Amino acid sequence: MERIEAIKKIADELTDQLVICNIGYPSRELYHVKDSPTHFYMLGSMGMASSIGLGLAMAQKRKVIVFDGDGSLLMNLGSLVTIYSQNPKNLILVIIDNECYGSTGSQCTYASTVNLKKVAKAVGFNKSYYFNDNIDFKPILESEGPVFVHVKVSPGNADVPVIPLEPEEIKERFKREIERK
Amino acid sequence: MDSSQAVFEGLKKARIDFVVSLPCVNLCMLLEMVECDQEIIHVPVTREEEGFGIAAGAYLGGKKPAILMQNSGLGNSVNVLASLYKLYQLPILMVMSHRGTEGEFMSAQVPMGQATPGVLDALEIAYLNPKTPEEALKIIPEAWILAETAGSPLGILLDITFW
Repeated sequence: MERIEAIKKIADELTDQLVICNIGYPSRELYHVKDSPTHFYMLGSMGMASSIGLGLAMAQKRKVIVFDGDGSLLMNLGSLVTIYSQNPKNLILVIIDNECYGSTGSQCTYASTVNLKKVAKAVGFNKSYYFNDNIDFKPILESEGPVFVHVKVSPGNADVPVIPLEPEEIKERFKREIERK
Repeated sequence: MDSSQAVFEGLKKARIDFVVSLPCVNLCMLLEMVECDQEIIHVPVTREEEGFGIAAGAYLGGKKPAILMQNSGLGNSVNVLASLYKLYQLPILMVMSHRGTEGEFMSAQVPMGQATPGVLDALEIAYLNPKTPEEALKIIPEAWILAETAGSPLGILLDITFW
């Protein structure tokens, strides 16, 4: 399974949940398979996806899904500690793990030697899931957070264009969508 | 007027309701006040950069965020300030204990203390430097309005002599 398939399978299950999507190809791929005002596409600040998701989950009641990667989680591993300690019931952290920095030429990460789900369990996450082919996201959406979802995928990026939205536009429509409900 | 009390009341007047923090000895009292306030969500973080990420999410979710930190943490946060806050035009109040300023007893604090204004300038982040508690109480609410209007972080640098 490649990352874009994993993103599509999960995105297909989402309705009005809010999504924070990691910088680079993950955001491009999500935009390509499904765009929505409920999506916040990161265009910078690598490593911050899980943190933005935590702040958003604590600030309002809607469910928040974070699409993060192995490289970016490793860049901000302390985030797992803060998320677990703050214990947001409405946060689902999805780590799409291709064991490499996919957007910069697929250089290896340490996710090939370190099991990120075990790291999350060691921190304290008691709801964690692992998938490497079929993703059954429905029960995850119904369970109380914080949830850690580890999805192994093969390296590689889909041939999709950059997102044709300005940062300001991404922010404004996302904020409006949140204020609407 | 007590310096910590003045900053706290300034934040309350600004209607700040979401605070992320890392400690500094000079922020000790202020952190306790924030932690005890029922209207403020307080999230201690592991690193300043992470705190900026969390605060950005909180702002998107409708909160008015501030970060309480030592100026050393500015060095840990340059990229998130540029490629999240500046890029998407997000506001936050950065209340920074500015170490390495006049009266510093620890020489190790001096290099980052001296670099701090230049780093803020390079990021085009405006900052205010109140010298007294009265001044802090007056400018902090105005500083939030400035940050929100400009869609930009705004620094409040609090020198050692402020405390």
